[in-house]
Amino acid sequence: MSAAESESAVERNGAGDRIGAEDRIGTEGRVLNVFSHGVLILWALMVTLPLLWAVMSALKDDKAIFTSPWALPTSLHFDNWSRAWSQAHMGEYFMNSVVVVAGSLFGTMLLGSMAAYVLARFEFPGNRFVYYLFVGGMSFPVILALVPLFFVLKNMQLLDTYHGLILVYIAYSLPFTIFFLSGFFRTLPSSVAEAAMIDGASHTRTFFQVMLPMAKPGLISVGIFNFLGQWNQYLLPAVLNVGDEDKKLLPQGLVALAVSQGYKGDWSGLFAGLVIAMLPVLAAYIVFQRQVQAGLTAGALK
Amino acid sequence: MQHGKYRFIVGFLAVPLAIYAVFVISPFLQAIYYSFTDWTGLSPDFKMVGFKNYRKMFADDVFWKSVGHNVLLLLVLPLVTLGLGLFFAFMLNVGGRRRKNAAVAGVRGSGFYKVVYFFPQVLSIAIVALLFQFAYNPNSGALNSFLDAVGLDSVRPDWLGDPDLALWCVMAVMVWSNVGFYVVLFSAGMSSIPKDFYEAALLDGANRIQTFFRITLPLLWDTVQTGWVYMGIMALDGFAVVQIMTVGPGGPDYSTEVLAYFLYTKAFRDGQAGYATTLGVALLIVTMIFAGIVMKLGRRERLEF
Repeated sequence: MSAAESESAVERNGAGDRIGAEDRIGTEGRVLNVFSHGVLILWALMVTLPLLWAVMSALKDDKAIFTSPWALPTSLHFDNWSRAWSQAHMGEYFMNSVVVVAGSLFGTMLLGSMAAYVLARFEFPGNRFVYYLFVGGMSFPVILALVPLFFVLKNMQLLDTYHGLILVYIAYSLPFTIFFLSGFFRTLPSSVAEAAMIDGASHTRTFFQVMLPMAKPGLISVGIFNFLGQWNQYLLPAVLNVGDEDKKLLPQGLVALAVSQGYKGDWSGLFAGLVIAMLPVLAAYIVFQRQVQAGLTAGALK
Repeated sequence: MQHGKYRFIVGFLAVPLAIYAVFVISPFLQAIYYSFTDWTGLSPDFKMVGFKNYRKMFADDVFWKSVGHNVLLLLVLPLVTLGLGLFFAFMLNVGGRRRKNAAVAGVRGSGFYKVVYFFPQVLSIAIVALLFQFAYNPNSGALNSFLDAVGLDSVRPDWLGDPDLALWCVMAVMVWSNVGFYVVLFSAGMSSIPKDFYEAALLDGANRIQTFFRITLPLLWDTVQTGWVYMGIMALDGFAVVQIMTVGPGGPDYSTEVLAYFLYTKAFRDGQAGYATTLGVALLIVTMIFAGIVMKLGRRERLEF
């Protein structure tokens, strides 16, 4: 007879040893509590230990990495970090990523919200067709398009350029952005937009000055989703951005660094590069964790 | 109100639609077309060869090996990842010490766990793959040194170098990096289930396991299904992890080869662009079959609450 059963028995009889039942419930709760904390802490360790190990290794010299991988660093080698930042070009790769992601994020949000607004709030022939054309792209494996995409960019002289990558990032971010934002625009009250129109605002003005500010929560969610996706994108630059060493993006640069440092045996520099790439994103996530979690899960639920 | 409506619509749709058509729709259609050609990708000349690429594909051992691996990933990854995600989310929301006036309670510090579990999700897959490549390093990696430290020096597996182990190592990394997302996703779903449902179940004598299977899981089914599709798409890709982590092309003896990486090597290393697009079409068909199965299996009454 479980604690819960005895509790219901107490409820039904309206009498009985209530104190004894509560005592048993308490014991069950405690055992369960210890068990659940146990497994939860175990997974927390499995997540954090590899990351801490990387940070620790980034502060050691090469010898210590090999001889005692799990020991705390005896002295802090921050020279690894400066070596990775300047000599191994991590600084440049970082800035390349910033340029490309800034451009594509801005473009995605602007073009995505414009298309989503029109598709959500205006009736015109072909509306549904265009909508499904965009949304269908979500279920579409990028890898299938990769070979022809490479030649499309090559023919347009866009291979190995920032603006080429930016355009491709925008194109592949549009399906989800439009899907999410058109759902969002549909829920906004039409009375506000009508009021603006009566006051003499044009459609464009209504969009930028009334509807877009009202859609701010949705824009933030989808913006975070797109930022992480574009910042962490690996496949597209690995194929479309390989001509020029200096133009590599951060994830690409890291992989290239791993290959070259592997030859040189500069493991500490490599770990430093890894941590340089890791820390800013983790720090930003810790500050904005509520929005990031809400943004990403909203992405999956809609 | 109607003044300038169509001009506005065209003005707002033209640019997004043009970018989308050039970089997404047209490559997609071209891929299907090129799959019937002998195009190398190196020269502009090619001719139609009918189903020759498809016949070649069906006779290709490496293709079947990678399909097998993709199917294994499709079966194992969602099951393990979503299973762990559900388990941890249930622990977070229902596994706590019972407090006054509440039938179920979350554990203390559940917010902290959710923050930590989510870490791998915000990291680039390149970072994760590199990190684990070192961890798996047979000589000085974190895993084998850990085995040494606890006195298991005799084990010392070769991890990624062992054809029997390599694919499982890759899968472990994919699970590691995705569990946190599902914990947060399911946790959000669970916290919206009304507490009275749990109270009623406990009064009727249900234990935690019954509560999970009779109440939590059915009410969460829609979310689980979405998660299954997401994880399935992850499993069909696997490009970055395989390319960065495993040794040689597609691991020792092609033991970690997946369709996406096989396609990439055919197109950009071997100069067989036409054949590569054929593989892409095969991948698309596998994706559609997978989506169809999930939809079919997942169809059941929607529960409103």
